[in-house]
Amino acid sequence: MAQPVIQTIDLTKIYPMGEHHITALNRVSLTFERGQFAGLVGPSGSGKTTFLNLIGTLDTPTSGQAIIMGAEISALTPLQAAELRRRHIGFIFQTFNLFPVYTVYENVEFPLLLLGLPPAERRLRVMEALEWVRLAERARSRPTQLSGGQSQRVAIARAIVKKPAIIIADEPTANLDAENSFNILDIMLELNRELSITFLFATHDEKVIRYLRRKITLFDGRVAKDELLEPASTPPPAT
Amino acid sequence: MISFIIKGILRDRSRSLFPALIVAAGAMLTVFFYSYMQGGKNNFIETSARYQTGHLKVMTRAYAAESDLLPNDLALTGATGLVSNLRAEYPELIWKPRIRFAGLLDIPDENGQTRAQGPISGLAVELVADNRNENQNHRNLPEAEILNLKKGLIAGRLPEKPREILVGSVLASSLKINPGDRATIISSTLTGAMAIADFTVAGVIRFGVTPLDKTLVIADLEEARQLLDMEDAAGEIFGFYPDFLYRPQLAARMARDFNAKSEERARSSGEDPDFLPLILTLGEQGGLGDMIAIYDVYAYVLVAVFVAVMSLVLWNAGLMGSLRRYGEIGLRLAMGETHRRLYFSLLGESVIIGLIGSVAGTALGLAISYYLQTYGINAEAFTRTSEMMMTNIIKAQVTRVSYIIGFIPGLLATLLGTAMAGLGIFRRRTATLMKEFEA
Repeated sequence: MAQPVIQTIDLTKIYPMGEHHITALNRVSLTFERGQFAGLVGPSGSGKTTFLNLIGTLDTPTSGQAIIMGAEISALTPLQAAELRRRHIGFIFQTFNLFPVYTVYENVEFPLLLLGLPPAERRLRVMEALEWVRLAERARSRPTQLSGGQSQRVAIARAIVKKPAIIIADEPTANLDAENSFNILDIMLELNRELSITFLFATHDEKVIRYLRRKITLFDGRVAKDELLEPASTPPPAT
Repeated sequence: MISFIIKGILRDRSRSLFPALIVAAGAMLTVFFYSYMQGGKNNFIETSARYQTGHLKVMTRAYAAESDLLPNDLALTGATGLVSNLRAEYPELIWKPRIRFAGLLDIPDENGQTRAQGPISGLAVELVADNRNENQNHRNLPEAEILNLKKGLIAGRLPEKPREILVGSVLASSLKINPGDRATIISSTLTGAMAIADFTVAGVIRFGVTPLDKTLVIADLEEARQLLDMEDAAGEIFGFYPDFLYRPQLAARMARDFNAKSEERARSSGEDPDFLPLILTLGEQGGLGDMIAIYDVYAYVLVAVFVAVMSLVLWNAGLMGSLRRYGEIGLRLAMGETHRRLYFSLLGESVIIGLIGSVAGTALGLAISYYLQTYGINAEAFTRTSEMMMTNIIKAQVTRVSYIIGFIPGLLATLLGTAMAGLGIFRRRTATLMKEFEA
């Protein structure tokens, strides 16, 4: 059996709050195989973003384990954590977070610069990623010249260009209208199928939830429900 | 990655233009102030050298001990032979015998009665000998050029005939003297007797140095010798570097060498040590060495203050930039860039900005300095009552250091400011990045 890309065992995160403590995650044990299209749902404060932070190696757990691509994150040095993010984890944010002074091409190229790839290979990969999100013709545009949907597609291209094992998407459709949301979700689903990238969402958005193949409901830092959804249940995207 | 940084700098004006302008302004001010202070210092040194101290000066030990009193009774005798020896032994310098004396200038009316009278500071130099080209077989510069006489002449002409003198402009104005007027110099001879001689005012001269304009009268050396009964004597023999740049270490070495030989000769011949010729450098006369040292300290302090102030300004600019780029920095950390690499990329940016700003600021500072090196600033209003040997037009002087000194605050302060501001990157908690991005 193949090693899971993400495995958490009794993952707990407690934040100090003055004299008190807030338990954001409480003994969460989850496993994600390669190629899953999964989402964390639940009300605000249920621990979705905390879970993504830990999986993204942006934070360390108070107790328990999170094993990402075979590496236990508590044992990683900051340098090793940065290396893990650089190679294996892509991020998609609610507010796109593109570099405004750089072109679409340069935004997508940036993760490859961090990997130190040669120019020819960078060019090939950037154009491939832009083809995936159907923005090759906007390679020279600046982010300010793009619509919200286009900006998020650039963010997706930037996340997938290094062909990571995991993409973490925190409320990726929150700033998009319905049409753009479905376009984005279609692209992400296609990438999930073609490249076997594991997508892990945190979302409130019903449109996203309808695309998920696995829905994990968090409540008060605990897993309240973990459902595998049939592919057939995914609604056709709106046109 | 470097081209990524450069593109960012070029496209984001708030990241490049504002800091580069600050750096350029700081570098420009540093270059300008440094060059102007150098100009002030060299102006002071050169004026003192030309009129008062030479770059080196030979006197008897006794004269040197009381030189403020102009004790011509302690003057060097056998001056012609001594000057010849100096010219032979140290040919790289121009050697000029002079006599300084104090006295009164009496201006008679048409009946021969005193119309006006005032104290003078007399300076006797080789005017006639220079005119006769007697000093051509060795390194020479006519006294008229050393003392900038042609340039300063505002009325009349330079002395050409026997018994002609030049008078300082303020003195001429206060005594109402014009070229062609008769004037009597009253002084005392080598032996203390009264010395009186009539002269004709050949010209009025403005040295642009207040103490000189107020009191100086220039006469020919041979005529002064006759007046003061100083046959083949000279109060002082001035040594000048031909390019008029003072070389303190070289001058000190030469003085040590000469004085040692002089003492040795005196020991073997049994001469009175008080009348031995002694060489003093410019720095050893009238506390000029201390003045030069103070000037240099000021220059260093100035640069240090600029580095400190600009570091604070650029630190602040760096902090503002970091705040503005908070999202970008957080994103880069989230994408796997290490704190260290990010920090060094910011330092790299600051080096590029510092270089651009320093080059622009230095060019601008040099342009202003070169302009002021040519035209100067007239500080007459401040030097009117001054007794310092400084010209009223203070010019900047561009030196080799002027070309590089702007890079010290330009690069150092930029780097220091960014280094301090960038430390915040290491305190940035990656755990809060997600929240910040969604804010």
